Amino acid sequence: MNNKIKFVQGNEACVEGALYAGIDFFAGYPITPSTEIAELLSMELPKRAGKFIQMEDEIASMAAIIGASLTGHKVMTATSGPGFSLKQEALGYACMAEIPCVIVNVQRGGPSTGNPTHVSQGDINQAKWGTHGDHSIIALTASNHQDVFEMTVEAFNFAETYRTPVILLFDEVIGHMREKITIPEQGDLAVVQRLRTSVKKGVDYHPYLPREDGRLPMSDFGSEHRYNVTGLFHDMWGFPSNNPKVVRELLHHLVDKIDNNVDQITRHREYWLDDAEYVLVSYGSSARSAIHLAKNRRKRGNKIGVLELQTIWPFPKELVRRKCAGARAVIVVEMNMGQVLHQVKSAVDNPASVFLANRIDGKLISPTDIKTLLRVIQGKGV
Amino acid sequence: MPKTKYDKEYNVKQYLRERFFPHIWCPGCGHGIVLGSLLRAVEELGLDPTEIVMTSGIGCSARISGYVNFHSLHTIHGRALAFATGVKLSTPKLNLIVPMGDGDALAIGGNHFIHAARRNIDITAIVMNNRIYGMTGGQFSPLTGYGQKATTAPYSTIDNEFDVVKLATAAGASFVARSTTFHATECIDLIKKAISHKGFSVVEIFSQCPTHYGRKNKKGDASNMMELYKKTTVPIGSKKLEQDPSLIERGIFVDNKEAPEYCDEYEKIIQTAMKGRA
Ligand SMILES: Cc1ncc(C[n+]2csc(CCOP(=O)(O)OP(=O)(O)O)c2C)c(N)n1
Ligand code: SF4
Ligand SMILES: [Mg+2]
Repeated sequence: MNNKIKFVQGNEACVEGALYAGIDFFAGYPITPSTEIAELLSMELPKRAGKFIQMEDEIASMAAIIGASLTGHKVMTATSGPGFSLKQEALGYACMAEIPCVIVNVQRGGPSTGNPTHVSQGDINQAKWGTHGDHSIIALTASNHQDVFEMTVEAFNFAETYRTPVILLFDEVIGHMREKITIPEQGDLAVVQRLRTSVKKGVDYHPYLPREDGRLPMSDFGSEHRYNVTGLFHDMWGFPSNNPKVVRELLHHLVDKIDNNVDQITRHREYWLDDAEYVLVSYGSSARSAIHLAKNRRKRGNKIGVLELQTIWPFPKELVRRKCAGARAVIVVEMNMGQVLHQVKSAVDNPASVFLANRIDGKLISPTDIKTLLRVIQGKGV
Repeated sequence: MPKTKYDKEYNVKQYLRERFFPHIWCPGCGHGIVLGSLLRAVEELGLDPTEIVMTSGIGCSARISGYVNFHSLHTIHGRALAFATGVKLSTPKLNLIVPMGDGDALAIGGNHFIHAARRNIDITAIVMNNRIYGMTGGQFSPLTGYGQKATTAPYSTIDNEFDVVKLATAAGASFVARSTTFHATECIDLIKKAISHKGFSVVEIFSQCPTHYGRKNKKGDASNMMELYKKTTVPIGSKKLEQDPSLIERGIFVDNKEAPEYCDEYEKIIQTAMKGRA
């Protein structure tokens, strides 16, 4: 076996995943707890003739990766709370202009400067609704470094497949904790390459005319086809239009291309769900505590299972409904004031059976924190 | 009327997306003249249109990018240079031309402007200075200057203006020039030199907005405003400056061919990094 085994931080696992997926352009601005991603890529990219640039701020970083994606490159930026806020306008531009790109947000406590060196999962809703206007978005996360690696590869794949920005919502614990990963051989994991148009020189290329399967083949800036890219509503040429039909159809296309593929985009893990009376729904570093608790309680005969979400957006409603259908109670374990809780409640058949086990004080939620709530629900007292 | 070089010998239509006309500009707007000079410069240079990426932000000026048959990237307000930086660094063979409004370039985009200049990345920025926010209907910009009228300065502005030439120079731009829409042939020449220059180039072009700046400040119609550009500007170092120091100089202020260009420098990083691994 030539697989490479490494002992790394989550941020480094993310970098390894990006390199595996073929990243060749990164623009960023330092911010805790994501900075290691920029530092590592400044070292690694030039070794592969890739480009790294430290921009003047996060707005510029987001803009630069969009520009580089249009020339046919695989691009990424990485940031945390305040920087993620700054990126929102250009993120919406990438949604509208359908530019593949990956944005890592290693979450820390907020709002504002908040709690820079401590963990939080407070940006779940921002990832979905941070930029203005109706749109859909893909956001992925992971609870261990092997999955960080794989979800990063998936993020690049989804970005190319759906021509969209994809957000990786890691958190401070995942970003900074060290753990073993095994880097697969090239070819072991699927890597989606850019779909480029087969339209020949001299024949009209419509950059915004979806194929029958909904995908839009691209043409690199610098190659034969010259077209317009804009954040205004636009027609199939990419030219600005406020024709109501054009506006309506484009908005539907932007939302449907993601929401109609929720099954293809959903990634999750599950533990002991088959006979679970209590289902813990969690993600990111809090899922580790949920899994730990479930494992221990199982030894005592408690029927507890865990549904770990790796795709947060589009929210896998149907999956959550099915997996929670037989449960007496569902406990959402997260480090915010109930952002995924809200989604789970609207997904399940019996919202009254859904409870929140959370921590919002910068400390990782522990198995004991979850157990305390579980005992109350089970009527065992505190 | 005698045919001048300006309107006779060019075939600028080859670079226009006529499908997308009519354009949005008001009658008399200076932005079309800038476009005219820009296309003539491209034609004179014989550039390959597939190697030109025109990137712009938001504003009347920024709409230029849609009308030209180059690769065109119409982005968000103020950030065009940051998008252009990504295009250029990722694919250095491309020619990046970035037309910008005065608000776009120096208010919301001021940070990107000075940092692009500091990096000396090979991008040509054309600041179409009409001293006003045209697109949003006549609010003052950082180039309006003191004592002017705007919809958000009904009593008159108390904000001072930037001097684009000095700002670009101090920030590290290696080519800096200024002209006006009255001097359209001079603009062709300056834009040609700016595009040919390897490094960050800035060409400031005074461009009239008769609809807002002109009307609010009683400057007359478009031809009056252009007449003013003729009267109030002189070539760099003109004797007339001795009698009237308020005249504004036109021409090339900086043309530094020695300054290292950013993408070239990055190429050296790649060489070093690759050697390090071998
Ligand atoms: C983030 C953001 N803020 C504000 C606006 C509104 N806006 C559009 S164009 C513009 C100013 C345009 O002025 P200028 O850049 O000088 O270009 P001109 O129209 O004069 O050519 C403003 C403020 C916007 N589009 N985006
Ligand atoms: S508002 Fe002013 S800048 Fe805009 S098109 Fe009209 S004249 Fe030109
Ligand atoms: Mg203006």
